[in-house]
Amino acid sequence: MSKKISFTFDGKKYFGNEKDTLASALLRNGVFLVGRSFKYHRPRGILASGSEEPNALVQLESQGFTEPNVKATEVLLYEGLKANSQNNWPSLKFDIGSVNNFLSPFFPAGFYYKTFMWPPGLWKKYEFFIRRAAGLGKSPKENDPNEYEHVHYHCDYLIVGGGVSGMLASEILRQGSNENIKILLIDQNNELGGNFNYGTEQRIYTKGIVNGDEAYSGWIQWLKNHIKKYFNLKILNSTSVFAYMHNNYLLAIQNIDPQISPQNKTLRQRIWKIRAKKVILATGSFERPLVFDNNDRPGILLANSAKQYMEKYNLKLGKKTVIFTNNDSAYQTANFMFRTGIPIECVVDLREKINPYLQKLMDIAKIPIHFGHAITDTSGWLRIKSIKINKIDGKTNKIIGKAINIDCDNLLISGGWNPNVNLFSQSRGKLIYRDLDGCFIPQESFQNEISIGACNGTFELENIFKEAYKKLEHLINPELLFNKFYCEETTYKENIKTIWQIPSSKPLGKTKMFVDFQNDVTSKDIKLALSEGYRSIEHIKRYTTTGMATDQGKTSNVNALGIISKISNRPIEELGTTTFRLPYTPITFGAIAGRNIKDFFDLERTTPIHEWHLKRGAKFEDVGQWKRPWYYPIKNENMQKAVNREVEATRNGIGILDASTLGKIDIKGRDASEFLNRVYTNAWTKLEIGKCRYGLMLGDDGMVIDDGVTSRIGKNHYVMSTTTGNAASVMSKLEDWLQTEWPDLKVFLTSVTEQFATISINGPYSEKLLNKLCPKEDFSNNNFPHMSFKEINVLGISCRIMRISFTGEKCYEINIPSNYAKNLWEICFDLGKEYNITPYGTEAMHVLRAEKGFIIVGQETDGSVTPIDLDMSWIVSKKKYDFIGKRALFRSDTIKKGRKQLVGILTTNPDIILEEGSQIVEKITKKPMDMIGHITSSYYSPNLKRSFALGLVKGGLDKKGLKMFVPMINKNIEVEITNPVFIDPSNKRLIA
Amino acid sequence: MNKKPKKYSVFSLIKNAFTYHENWQPAWRSPEPKKEYDAIIIGGGGHGLTTAYYLAKNHDLKNIAVIEKGWIGGGNTGRNTTIIRSNYLWDQSAALYEHALKLWESMSQELNYNVMFSQRGVMNVAHNLHDVRELKRRWHSNRLNDIDCEWLDTNQVKKFCPIINTSQNIRYPVLGATLQRRAGTARHDAVAWGYARGADAMGVDIIQNCEVTNIIVQNGQVTGIETNKGKIKSKKIGVVAAGHSSVIANMVGIRLPLESRPLQALVSEPVKPILDTVVMSNTIHAYVSQSDKGELVIGAGTDSYTSYTQRGGFNIVEDTVTAIVELFPLFSRMKMLRHWGGIVDICPDASPIISKTHINGLFFNCGWGTGGFKATPGSGWVFAHTIANNEPHKLNEPFSINRFSSGELVDEHGAAAVAH
Repeated sequence: MSKKISFTFDGKKYFGNEKDTLASALLRNGVFLVGRSFKYHRPRGILASGSEEPNALVQLESQGFTEPNVKATEVLLYEGLKANSQNNWPSLKFDIGSVNNFLSPFFPAGFYYKTFMWPPGLWKKYEFFIRRAAGLGKSPKENDPNEYEHVHYHCDYLIVGGGVSGMLASEILRQGSNENIKILLIDQNNELGGNFNYGTEQRIYTKGIVNGDEAYSGWIQWLKNHIKKYFNLKILNSTSVFAYMHNNYLLAIQNIDPQISPQNKTLRQRIWKIRAKKVILATGSFERPLVFDNNDRPGILLANSAKQYMEKYNLKLGKKTVIFTNNDSAYQTANFMFRTGIPIECVVDLREKINPYLQKLMDIAKIPIHFGHAITDTSGWLRIKSIKINKIDGKTNKIIGKAINIDCDNLLISGGWNPNVNLFSQSRGKLIYRDLDGCFIPQESFQNEISIGACNGTFELENIFKEAYKKLEHLINPELLFNKFYCEETTYKENIKTIWQIPSSKPLGKTKMFVDFQNDVTSKDIKLALSEGYRSIEHIKRYTTTGMATDQGKTSNVNALGIISKISNRPIEELGTTTFRLPYTPITFGAIAGRNIKDFFDLERTTPIHEWHLKRGAKFEDVGQWKRPWYYPIKNENMQKAVNREVEATRNGIGILDASTLGKIDIKGRDASEFLNRVYTNAWTKLEIGKCRYGLMLGDDGMVIDDGVTSRIGKNHYVMSTTTGNAASVMSKLEDWLQTEWPDLKVFLTSVTEQFATISINGPYSEKLLNKLCPKEDFSNNNFPHMSFKEINVLGISCRIMRISFTGEKCYEINIPSNYAKNLWEICFDLGKEYNITPYGTEAMHVLRAEKGFIIVGQETDGSVTPIDLDMSWIVSKKKYDFIGKRALFRSDTIKKGRKQLVGILTTNPDIILEEGSQIVEKITKKPMDMIGHITSSYYSPNLKRSFALGLVKGGLDKKGLKMFVPMINKNIEVEITNPVFIDPSNKRLIA
Repeated sequence: MNKKPKKYSVFSLIKNAFTYHENWQPAWRSPEPKKEYDAIIIGGGGHGLTTAYYLAKNHDLKNIAVIEKGWIGGGNTGRNTTIIRSNYLWDQSAALYEHALKLWESMSQELNYNVMFSQRGVMNVAHNLHDVRELKRRWHSNRLNDIDCEWLDTNQVKKFCPIINTSQNIRYPVLGATLQRRAGTARHDAVAWGYARGADAMGVDIIQNCEVTNIIVQNGQVTGIETNKGKIKSKKIGVVAAGHSSVIANMVGIRLPLESRPLQALVSEPVKPILDTVVMSNTIHAYVSQSDKGELVIGAGTDSYTSYTQRGGFNIVEDTVTAIVELFPLFSRMKMLRHWGGIVDICPDASPIISKTHINGLFFNCGWGTGGFKATPGSGWVFAHTIANNEPHKLNEPFSINRFSSGELVDEHGAAAVAH
């Protein structure tokens, strides 16, 4: 006896076996009622045994570990597992919601489109109740304690599916290739072996190492053990491939240690990102339910799934079993039950006869078969109690004769098999409909892929063997195969009689023939959709919601197509399938996010001086991905006080700014000057080496997209600085232009943002500090004027120093290799003490630059502002043949008068600081008001001893001196339009 | 002409229950195309169907056809995340979307088809100072344009949507949000179906599975179209074919400034009510709402390449879901159920084209980018006006195709600072 594992379902304790799934464990304990359906709250049990399960959904675990809508068939049992049924109240057995089942005549497909419209205001109320009725399980309310991760993997062959076809493929490829190939075999179950449709009793032969003959089940066991030994074959169990993207890029999700409870592990799931040279799809098939009246009761299972439960898990399902089939595969279940002594009441077969060998087997087993019969109704509520069968006319498929009642507590159904073509279809392969057995099968691959076995519509074992060798032959050296397997002719043939909708003695409108079990879509819903003109398969799907449940239509899609075809009298192949899309099976959000959350969510970028800022107690601001010091409060200083202090120190002593975050692009090459001519509005050819120039970059619509200072380092060598937030996008734009528009230009771009740190030393005493730093150098105006550049050795380190300014003060920007930046910063700090050197953050920087009327791209501009709007026409070259945005600057709208222009704005009351983003009007009127502009920047200036602002105002340049209003919620603030330069308009401080 | 459709109501549902719902009439007919129409609308998406509906309703043009290559509502109408709002920055956009929003508010009653317009509010969340500045600008602008909009600080955000992570110690903390309470979501398919039913009732022929292969122009005047169902004459042709508008424009030598790119979206498995509003974040790029069925509906950003394939890269899905988990850590154990891609046609200024052309009788309505669904009724309303009068309505004047030569753009890229 294997170990017993305890678990609870709806609070009641049960025991299961070691290899049980939750579904098999529930069945083991005689629990056939597991859930309630979405719409009618009908009692539901377990229909299937894998990812196709539509009914047996549970809420797993509680608190942070809880997970809604878990298919009981997919959970391996672990000690202490807690599961609860969903979508019922007060209890699973007595669910008030099932009143819907009796009101169902009033709830046909799409009923909600036809009602709840009156009175108009009441929809919110109706919706409140509709929302509470809908949904299945409950979302977690706490954070997820588990973790997830991603792994990248490359291989020669990726085999998806570890059933007979997949294992055989891996064995053929391994034997037939050299040792260097890498094979990855992925299987969604905990153990290889898969399902099997036609031929479990067949014998397998080989002329190689496994001499003699083996029955299939023995052979599969041998193969399972055998292939595990090979080092070039990696096997992933409990892993589902859920996406097949372009270029053989596939994604799989692995459940880590599924037999350990989530509370006892950290890592829960891992996503594999796989790039394979060749993909072998061996994804098997799903058994199709039959669509008849009341085909959804607990105790009704798919025949092959039932066999799995009996064979693999050693279960005895019911006491009175009936099998209802239209094909041979269900007889395997019958034969298995006979051999293991599980009684069968009878088989109901839609066909008129079966092959003699099968008939003999059934005769021996003494199992009565009702040929040419169909189940036309069932009874029972929490479990099936009996069925009604009728003879049907072989030609018209209509009911003839009287119904026979048969008692049963277990009904096994088989409507044939649907190849699992989900991944094939995701890969954009073309499907074709095979009328013979009502299957969509792969027709033409779109990627480097081969489908084999049941997913290719090859169901019989002997053919699976033949096909595997034939389809893989060209990939291998056949001489290397040391054993080749054969299979005897299969007993169970694919011989199927498809009736998509089993006839009933009732009018269709009175029946409940479920097509999509979970969403409660019945065959009459499909008929209704068709009769209301929803004829496209997509319309029917969306109108009835068939195939849109959490099982993604694995058991329902083909039946729905069959029924549409029958009702609308159109061939299935004309209807087409709906597109299969990722994911093959629902995927945990946390797994998709992987490790990229919390601390790893969009990694922070920090400058080499960051630690110093931290120590100094800086408050930080997010600028793009960067953390920039916002202000440095001392003791209990509030933000305004700190900023005032920083601003005043900069104007009166020295302010020091970490400007390392600005983008820096190294531009080299024969055509570097020409390149700059094209990307900036001004001219660059005549810029002397050792000089700097400010540039504005425009989009092709003529609007400002970036600005910065570029320095000429050599004849063919510049270094450009960009705004912090745009560094990456400017770099890629430049590359884009170079590579696609001007491939003739010889220019090479390198981002050096992180190679250099930038220390900006501002203020009237900045030159003094530089002199102390490099006593041998001459930093005076004569030798080192504003807008010039020098390479200078600072304390033994070669630095690039630019005399440029964003504060309006005399300023030296030292660019130093990043490793030395923090040391230099600290040294500057020590040397500058006597000048009251003060670190300032981005807020003080904003105040300083705004006092001087300097713009910030993205603040004074918003993608609708030209250089002319900024009153910067001086920077737009009139002589240059062309530059990006030039043509756009001469369009009728860009040259028209009265565009929004940059101005200064002063409140009449100097104590009011305007809100950035607030709007400006000429007159206060009733809403809607005519807005003529908005406040782009607004601060308090300790130098002006008052508030001030910048803004964009329609025709602003002509409105200076005029009074306007900024209407706020409770007050209208009077303002005056002014010049945007508030300090040192003649640049005396700058060039001092 | 179609007979007057029977009204939908709870009474008709009950009445039909007694005949097993076998006597409902088709929501719209499936007619063969006539030889000639007064106006032809190419494209049976939401915008095309509303155009036909308002042409028939407001302008007394009854002989109208909607020509659809596939099935109606199969493009972005059936592939979007159904967010409806009007809190746009620029006056031109705000006026157009507000007009649409007003039509949404009475749509179910007007069409007698429940489109489930659910005014549960839309929050646009700010994560940094730049966001705050931009969203406040929008708030003030909306306020003065008489469009409902509120500013919520972090605590108010938490109060309005308790499950959002408002911890200030995360990578991009919530610093505030704008809230438009009249905004919300709707049942996207129902919009197409409702307008189709309404248009059909007024005699509009909705012709599906009919592909336009050529536009016939004589002496600068359109005279008809060629299709796989034969030639159809008309002197007024409105093209509402989203990204494929460029293909149709090419037939008459017009180059439209459109780029078509994949835009992906996904839903989770359905759960009981957990999120009662729409949350949008531009900085970390995620938006999410919960449908009436219980699924979390999540939108992503566009892929960065042009394509007509209706599929994108998984990296975009990964980024979006990561952002959702960051903003709503409690959703970590929820599962992605379905994922799909649409193709969005984007103008350089991220605003639509609703315009006549230099060819007499030929009109275009396209370029709605990532934000067309919310405009559906308004778009059709103004486009119908434009087609009927051969002149734009005041609301769509700013969206003329000429703006790309004049430069009078309505740049919602830079300005809105928010995904549509």
